[in-house]
Amino acid sequence: MYQYDQYDQKMVDARVEEFRDQVDRRIAGDLTEDQFKPLRLMNGLYLQLHAYMLRVAVPYGTLSSKQMRMLGHIARKYDRDYGHFTTRQNIQYNWIKLEDAPDILADLASVEMHAIQTSGNCIRNISSDQFAGATADEIADPRPWAEILRQWSSFHPEFSYLPRKFKFAVIASDTDRAAMRLHDIGIQLVHNDAGELGAKFFVGGGMGRTPMIAPEIRDFVPADELISYAEACLRVYNRYGRRDNKYKARIKILVHELGKEEYTRQVEEEFAHMKQLGLNPPVEELARISEFFQDPPFDTQASDDLDLSDPDFALWVDQNISAHKQPGYAIATISLKPRGGIPGDASSAQIDLMAELAEQYSFDELRVTHSQNIVLPHVRKSNLYAMWQKLDEAGLAPANLDLITDSIACPGLDYCSLANARSIPLAQKISERFADLGRQRELGELKLKISGCINACGHHHAGHIGILGVDRKGTENYQLLLGGSGAEDASLAKITGPGFTEDGVIDAIETVTDLYLEQREEGERFIDTYRRVGMARFKEAIYG
Amino acid sequence: MKILTGNDLKTGDVIWWTGLDWSRLVKDAADVGDQGEAILHREEAARRVNSPYIIDAEQTEDGPRPGHIKDRVRALGPTVRPDLTLKPADPDAAEWVI
Repeated sequence: MYQYDQYDQKMVDARVEEFRDQVDRRIAGDLTEDQFKPLRLMNGLYLQLHAYMLRVAVPYGTLSSKQMRMLGHIARKYDRDYGHFTTRQNIQYNWIKLEDAPDILADLASVEMHAIQTSGNCIRNISSDQFAGATADEIADPRPWAEILRQWSSFHPEFSYLPRKFKFAVIASDTDRAAMRLHDIGIQLVHNDAGELGAKFFVGGGMGRTPMIAPEIRDFVPADELISYAEACLRVYNRYGRRDNKYKARIKILVHELGKEEYTRQVEEEFAHMKQLGLNPPVEELARISEFFQDPPFDTQASDDLDLSDPDFALWVDQNISAHKQPGYAIATISLKPRGGIPGDASSAQIDLMAELAEQYSFDELRVTHSQNIVLPHVRKSNLYAMWQKLDEAGLAPANLDLITDSIACPGLDYCSLANARSIPLAQKISERFADLGRQRELGELKLKISGCINACGHHHAGHIGILGVDRKGTENYQLLLGGSGAEDASLAKITGPGFTEDGVIDAIETVTDLYLEQREEGERFIDTYRRVGMARFKEAIYG
Repeated sequence: MKILTGNDLKTGDVIWWTGLDWSRLVKDAADVGDQGEAILHREEAARRVNSPYIIDAEQTEDGPRPGHIKDRVRALGPTVRPDLTLKPADPDAAEWVI
């Protein structure tokens, strides 16, 4: 894992003290809320429905056990004993007191963490593949590149006041586990014909009120020019992105309005200029950062044998364990989607336990996924059963990864001041309706994603089944969408038709899953059958 | 009726104007009539409330009921965590929101 150098630590420590002074001035009345609001937002502190909410950055979703323990400590000491892992691989605390915020940031800084750039019209947390450095299907570890982008984008003076917020994702596999093409810039590390490492750039994706899949604008940027190319993409956006209308200010609108060809032409022109400026990180710095992401000391003699005689354990292994590049090891995903639970929530005790298990079994490393789960990336197979038993005791062993109850849900109207409808109760009721694990497994991979408003923090556009909560004359109403995907087969879900009540939309989901089971052909997932059969057949089943 | 709400500056708690002071309980909220704007500006300037605003509410036997679901959620707490609402012992508290 990357470790702060003296500059990183000084910057973060200085920001804590600066914010402490700003909070003091706000409480003393030297700053109005209008003056203070942009300052607190720069430090990830929002004012939500019930209290202040603090969003803490987890760079590319990677945490050490020490950092995870600190997240548990903050939940216990300053919040109401839990945290909420988000679809941006971050964590949020919902009950923060303004006067505690500087102390929390100081605690975070003590473990090389912060909440900087988790709000505002700047480059947000860089997201990545939660299996980075562990999966066999990647061509390189994307984390060093995500870290370089993090350093480049942190406090970048030119990009601190963009037309709108800006999100990067970096992956290095043809399997997209990071919804890469639904980001403002998606980067996929690739090799060219000469075997050299570089990056494919996708620009102008996103969800929200105008969902778009990012088009590819360049098939190969040499790795050592990646930062310059990203800077060129941002410069064109910063120059021409709309600042007059926040709903049209994201880069996806610019790329769409200019057209991919014209946007790309301007980026290439800027890139040619940038190359003369020598702004790429020195090769030595790339090497220094990469050193932090070397493989842990795997036991090359580790056995691949697994005793699956415990049927519950066998189910969990089958559903939640993914192949590791190192023989004898596995990638374990801890589902934060228990039956009737709140997607992404974990108590301080659960956070502590996951930290302990990572320390004991996963070379001290954890990952947060955009699906609001936690990954232990390097677990020796011979340790899986002991680890699973501890997870199971703590309610952390639902065997439902990628099944219908492994849903994404934004905080919705239960917490969020932007929301129009509650989303968590829907996730809870769906997890009850489809609680039978046999039924879930019969349905197979089914990505269900729920948003409580058009801003789409719950990624409903990318759900095989998506739900969007809307306000219909003061009453919660839910639109059903079908056919989305955030994976390598990215597609945008379409609305089926008129909306439903809370119970009505759950019935409708049951109708479409029943139709899928009836219509599917050998090997088809829900999304495959939907694409083959088409929306009309599903609409007919739902609305008659 | 019109009632006035906002958040406590230091704690962020949802608070309601009682006519004399601020309360965490919506049942204490007072009808501010056409005085809302004046109270809002005075109280915000004194830093006794953060980001206040005026809402419509209905007077009921149990006290004022905010007209919009968002403010009813604010008044109660998250419906998905009854233990964290202002009525943790009432299993039907969320029904009031809906």
